[in-house]
Amino acid sequence: MADPMKIRANVVGDSTEVKVLMSHEMETGQRKDAQGKTIPAWFIQNVTATWNNKTVLSAQWGPAVSKNPFLSFKFKGGAKGDKVIITWVDNRGDKRTDEATIA
Amino acid sequence: MNRGRRQALQQGGGVTLLALVAAAGWLPATARAQSWNKAAFDTKTMAETMQAFGGGEPVQSKDIVFSQTPDIAENGAVVPVGITSSIPKTESIAILVEKNPNMLAAVFDIPPGTDPAISTRVKMGQSSNIVALVKADGKYYMASKEVKVTLGGCGG
Repeated sequence: MADPMKIRANVVGDSTEVKVLMSHEMETGQRKDAQGKTIPAWFIQNVTATWNNKTVLSAQWGPAVSKNPFLSFKFKGGAKGDKVIITWVDNRGDKRTDEATIA
Repeated sequence: MNRGRRQALQQGGGVTLLALVAAAGWLPATARAQSWNKAAFDTKTMAETMQAFGGGEPVQSKDIVFSQTPDIAENGAVVPVGITSSIPKTESIAILVEKNPNMLAAVFDIPPGTDPAISTRVKMGQSSNIVALVKADGKYYMASKEVKVTLGGCGG
């Protein structure tokens, strides 16, 4: 199981700004190990963010997203104490869901 | 025979089988990722990418702005990219790196109520144009920015 995400959600005016730092290797499938064998690709493919049961962002990623991906976005609404839930799924079918309280 | 031990063995066996099934990717599609546009992520040129998205030639737009994106990136493995679109009805924002082995890096779907502005970090194999591809009201728009890389992010 992967390490938890670091999620920060803050109210900015009438919007909520969300910053997420995920913990993932994001292996491209292009690199070779010391024996010259290709290291298989291993990366996050789908990211979904929800607030109040509403999807506020969904993304599809390729292996070109950096290791330990960072993501930030803003959505209208959200009040202090609300929860923002982020889920990612990688190409091995591994997934991780974490939530943060809007501050 | 020790019943407790037998039960434990059986349960253990079950867990292993489930883990194997999961590892082999035999779980039904619903348990795995939602949609992932493999065709688009496999493309190597802008034209191919557009074809995979089912869109025509994108229109150059000054309403797409790069933020936090450096002119010179010291480390190609971590290049910050921020894209803001002020085109009305922006539905999605995609990041493409022209000279990467596969151009498409990420696609963000922007539902109504979410600001058409995202930022993340991508890998770049070498100095290249970063293309922001925005879909708004069914049409495609683009803007690009050249980023010089001093140390590649895809080397072994």
